[in-house]
Amino acid sequence: MPIETVELRNVSKRFPGVLANDQVNFDVHAGEIHALLGENGAGKSTLMKILYAMYRPTEGEIFINGKLAELRSPADALANGIGMIHQHFQLVPGFTVVENVALGLKSSRGPLTDLDVVTKRVQELATQYGLSVEPNALVWQLAVGQQQRVEIIKALYRDASLLILDEPTAVLTPQEVKEFFDILRRLRDAGNALIFISHKLYEVMAISDRVTVLRDGRVVGRVKTADTNQKELARMMVGRDVITRWDKPPAQQGPVVLKIEHLSAANDKGITAVRDFSLEVRAGEILGIAGVSGNGQRELAEAIAGMRRATAGTIWVDNQNVTNQSPAQVSASGVAFVPEERMTMGVVREFTVAENAILETHAYPPLANRGVFDFGQINDHCTRLVREYDVKTPSLDTPVKSLSGGNIQKLILARELDRAPRLLLAAQPTRGVDIGATEYIHKRLIEQRANGTAVLLISEDLEEVRALSDRIAVMYEGQIVGIVSPDSKMEDLGLMMAGIKGNDANPSTC
Amino acid sequence: MKNTALDTKRGRFDPGRFNYILVPLAAGAAALFVGGLVLLALGANPIEAYIGMAQGAFGSPNAIADSLVKAVPLLLVGVGICIAYRGGMINIGGEGQIVMGALATTAVVLAFPFLPGLVLIPLALVAGLVGGGFWGGIAGFLKARFKVNEVLSTVMLNAIAVQFMTFLLNGALMDPSSVDNTIRIPQTLRFPPWADLPRLVPTRLHFGVLLAIFAAVVVYFLLWRTSVGYRIRAVGFNMVASKYAGIPVNRYQILAITLSGALAGMAGAVEVLGVSHRLFTDGSATGFTGSAGFNGIVAALFGGLHPLGVIPASFLFGALLTGANSLQRTVQVPGAFVTTLDGLVVIFVVASQIWAKRRATQRVLAETTPRPATPTAVTPDVTP
Repeated sequence: MPIETVELRNVSKRFPGVLANDQVNFDVHAGEIHALLGENGAGKSTLMKILYAMYRPTEGEIFINGKLAELRSPADALANGIGMIHQHFQLVPGFTVVENVALGLKSSRGPLTDLDVVTKRVQELATQYGLSVEPNALVWQLAVGQQQRVEIIKALYRDASLLILDEPTAVLTPQEVKEFFDILRRLRDAGNALIFISHKLYEVMAISDRVTVLRDGRVVGRVKTADTNQKELARMMVGRDVITRWDKPPAQQGPVVLKIEHLSAANDKGITAVRDFSLEVRAGEILGIAGVSGNGQRELAEAIAGMRRATAGTIWVDNQNVTNQSPAQVSASGVAFVPEERMTMGVVREFTVAENAILETHAYPPLANRGVFDFGQINDHCTRLVREYDVKTPSLDTPVKSLSGGNIQKLILARELDRAPRLLLAAQPTRGVDIGATEYIHKRLIEQRANGTAVLLISEDLEEVRALSDRIAVMYEGQIVGIVSPDSKMEDLGLMMAGIKGNDANPSTC
Repeated sequence: MKNTALDTKRGRFDPGRFNYILVPLAAGAAALFVGGLVLLALGANPIEAYIGMAQGAFGSPNAIADSLVKAVPLLLVGVGICIAYRGGMINIGGEGQIVMGALATTAVVLAFPFLPGLVLIPLALVAGLVGGGFWGGIAGFLKARFKVNEVLSTVMLNAIAVQFMTFLLNGALMDPSSVDNTIRIPQTLRFPPWADLPRLVPTRLHFGVLLAIFAAVVVYFLLWRTSVGYRIRAVGFNMVASKYAGIPVNRYQILAITLSGALAGMAGAVEVLGVSHRLFTDGSATGFTGSAGFNGIVAALFGGLHPLGVIPASFLFGALLTGANSLQRTVQVPGAFVTTLDGLVVIFVVASQIWAKRRATQRVLAETTPRPATPTAVTPDVTP
């Protein structure tokens, strides 16, 4: 029986010492897209895992079509028409689309497979909802967006009429997001219920019919999307007004600080990831590098920072050749690096806040005298950094791994910016960071620009790149597709991110 | 929110807590209990046996002195294991490093027997450090340069060192009088008496005990109070972040295992200078070392891989080894029983650390103000 309404009443979930959900009421009905909005750790995923019966609620009840439902397992939830599309796909890469759909289902032919029957149904579903995908393609050969469609087909094939989508757009290009939203609308119009989990305001505004905002495990607001705006949602989510648009003074551009000439570098598998890449960044400007993940951005940043070998080309910082120098030498040339791999490269997780704050400066006076630590100085230094950069930590002796992502990022930023760099490499500086910390990090980046630092901002968040950059370089398959103004149209940027050089993507004043 | 209750009182880094004292002690008790069952199976009275062991270890001033003397190499090796472990290296090469240290010491003493003790002893000790450090450094170099797993290379270096010692003791270093009399015992001349480590009290207790404790304190200071120690620990925890921070990762890995080997080499030096006063072998792999290279690992684990924790742990093990010698006399149980007990202790200590870690993780969830677990034990295949 298809789902008409699903209702969660007074649902609480208590983990040892943490109240992840506190008396949450939530409902969704057929023919609507209900967005569940909240920062990381607000309890969105927990709530949905309760609905999908991966967790049992500490308190509260779930009603399906008005009747109390006892869901004991995800299989149970699925049998009741609830399907969940996880952020990390649950597909077998070496299987075809059809094999993945059939996986775990009883065949209509007993011990023999009935893949032809499955294929037929998959094609039906695909046509019905515009989920175009080749049924006999191997999953690993598919693009991420297509894999996501396979996940949706899997759920629909199992007669799910309520789909829970956990941050589904995180892996998609803007173009793919647009297509994906069309699919969602079709699913809705066909009478399915959809729950869309996200922390991206503009997406929620674009796709949902209603929005429920969670903060600290509690529902802080539920509104019709038509009756609200991004600003209001952000305020509900964070609990205060949030700046998302920065009024930057015009750039006071100085001399060229970073100059990259014909740089090439390989990724971890040894395949060329950055090819013949040239770029200049001037003092006092933020140059944003936009692009879909995996187009060489990470390798580019690491090559500049000395963490990765450049196989060809030259990197100049302040007219000094730093190509293939050690990270210590690059850093001494005035380069600060906020790495993409925050937890594995940016910090030593097991070290304390203080130990991480001195990761690069620990061996030098005043922190150490002839190699022996001066703990008084270290304490003062770290206390100042933590205070100045608003790092929320119980103490300096707290292991970094127990801080939130946003606070770890602020700590890294504090450490890097305190050295007054000439060039700041910021790679995905706000990925997985909550809105409050994101705002703070943006403020600091703009402050660096005003101070005359050259900032190279690498981000997959197009909104972020547009909001902060003075120029945007779009990167695709290791090369720059074009350098455009931040006022360029979203569609043009999207096309460039897919590798298509817009013939009239106004290259403006760059 | 703005107001972070920032605690700035403490002026030092957290020395990787070894305050889980009860857990290893309980593990030790459990090992003794199971050992008791083994004794029962052997037809001996476990209570009698353990009383006999306790008397053998603590029953007289001489017994206590012997226990302490036995603990010295364990402590030195164990402290070395701590450095290697903190630097992300697992050093199973204590045996070989002891041997190389002892060889270097012996070579110095035999080459310069005319020097006064005040010069000769420090020189010989330094030779021990260098010999062991060199042997450990080889494994470090092989890892840094050719990515050779240090567990394998150190074990193989053990065999080479023992054979090298046997070769020298049957040739170049053999006691000349033994050569003349064609007895050919594989041992050196007795060292000149002024090369003996000073005795502390009129027992066999020698100056090496103080040296070992001093070494433990120095290593503690090095690891948690200096930038070199900081770098060793950073490399041990996270090589990528260390590289990012500008630390030459390879160099510090080599340094960690070199220091580790140096301390084991010092153990060898102290043994020849303080106990045997000559280098000898019975031809077996552990004849000279008494397995201190392996038992030191157990002591390090027992001490929570913390240099200060290793002090009580190695004294406990020293007592265990000394007590075991008297087992044969009291209850006619093979002295090899202590090997069994050793193994039991390893199993229980490692298991208890995994247990403590898991409990700590649960408490993290419970408190949301997490405390880290005891340092994870390396779980090398220690078959002493």
